[in-house]
Amino acid sequence: MSPRIGVLALQGAVAEHVRALQAVGAEVSTVRRPAELAGLDGLVVPGGESTTMARLAAPTGLLPQIRSAHDDGMALFGTCAGMILMADDVSDAAALEGFERIGGLDIVARRNGYGSQLDSFTADLDVVGLDSPLPAVFIRAPVVESTGGEVEVLASAAERPVAVRQGRMMASSFHPELTEDHRLHALFVQLAGA
Amino acid sequence: MTPENTQSPGQGATTVNTGLAHMLKGGVIMDVVTPDQAKIAEEAGAVAVMALERVPADIRATGGLARMSDPDLIQGIIDTVSIPVMAKARIGHFVEAQVLEHLKVDYIDESEVLSPADYVNHVDKSKFSVPFVCGASNLGEALRRITEGASMIRSKGEAGTGDVSEAVKHLRTINAEIARLTSMAEDELYVAAKELQAPHALVKQVAADGRLPVVTFVAGGVATPADAAMMMQMGADGVFVGSGIFKSGDPAGRAKAIVQATTHYDDPSVVTEVSRGLGEAMVGLNVADLPEPHRLAERGW
Repeated sequence: MSPRIGVLALQGAVAEHVRALQAVGAEVSTVRRPAELAGLDGLVVPGGESTTMARLAAPTGLLPQIRSAHDDGMALFGTCAGMILMADDVSDAAALEGFERIGGLDIVARRNGYGSQLDSFTADLDVVGLDSPLPAVFIRAPVVESTGGEVEVLASAAERPVAVRQGRMMASSFHPELTEDHRLHALFVQLAGA
Repeated sequence: MTPENTQSPGQGATTVNTGLAHMLKGGVIMDVVTPDQAKIAEEAGAVAVMALERVPADIRATGGLARMSDPDLIQGIIDTVSIPVMAKARIGHFVEAQVLEHLKVDYIDESEVLSPADYVNHVDKSKFSVPFVCGASNLGEALRRITEGASMIRSKGEAGTGDVSEAVKHLRTINAEIARLTSMAEDELYVAAKELQAPHALVKQVAADGRLPVVTFVAGGVATPADAAMMMQMGADGVFVGSGIFKSGDPAGRAKAIVQATTHYDDPSVVTEVSRGLGEAMVGLNVADLPEPHRLAERGW
């Protein structure tokens, strides 16, 4: 049976993740309410604005419930804003203060760490587990300032981690959903189904 | 849209620039005229703010020419918020656009809300690294802007009125024109391109995909949570709210409500709850009562 993967659909690049996940054989649904987490093997937390998503999730306590579902076995894959919401620590969290995040990923992230939109860029990355470079799109991306002992760095750019894994969590500061290369999604679906 | 189309819809649109628009989807972009308002917008959950000197309702009220805002004002807003900051340049005013790029705004809106600087040509957006969003009231106009390098389109509506009817009209027009293309035979698309005054390759792409190759928001007249939800149900990727928030009785409350209604657009229980007790909406003007030369949507060609 193909793994059941949800995409958090509060705001952001939802449709692109849905398509990429379908392309690698997952059974995909969207999640806007806590009840929609039931029965998922994995959840993608997409790119968008982390401040917006944290506020949209607040009325139903969705983000802490994602954390509990993860603690009960649901795999997580956060891209860009999703990585920020999964990070244990955000170094410039002022605009997120007072709002619960998912947490659990032992990294320190800094929002828009590379600068404004003019500093957004693309790069081909060597990724652990992939046999050829992965095209990556960085858009007002977060910087991973440090990683804890349990965190495996899957890819780096300019000597900073840009894709990481920790147990049943994966995160990237770039947007694998914006290209036609779905190998990172395939790695996640494999992790979620395991 | 299909991801492969994010590659290069127009000459200037790059994956990072069309991609940023994807990150704004399902969100609300709010007009702000001070850093304090920008903070309120961010606090309410806006995905981006549009920095300008006067909201469209005030541009209408004061009259006269409307130009790019003071760089100090835009800089002040950039320094205040962590979400993307957009700013408006006049149609065709490529030097205002250069200034905005120099200020490192995240998106430039080449906007009919300001007084046009060129009544023939729009800015050649392919010359810029910073992305542009442009207004359109029909499909041909949208495709011409994309050809010039726009990375995002917003339907125009009629800014500064609080009257959603023009936004509805423009979105319905664009959707209907796209639907018509999708039902055409391939050999009919040459004439369709001629009629739309847009490149055949782009027309063919829209006919195949059944949608524009860039993210499409709605603007101009959205004033209530129900307005925003209606635009989303009609297929918008997100909404711009201009005068509707800071010209209302309770800007912070209304901003939050519109953000929630935009995400939960298909859930009347949420739209109902967030609509309660918001106080007075912006007073508003009927578009039908506006004499023709004062209709902003007619600027841009």
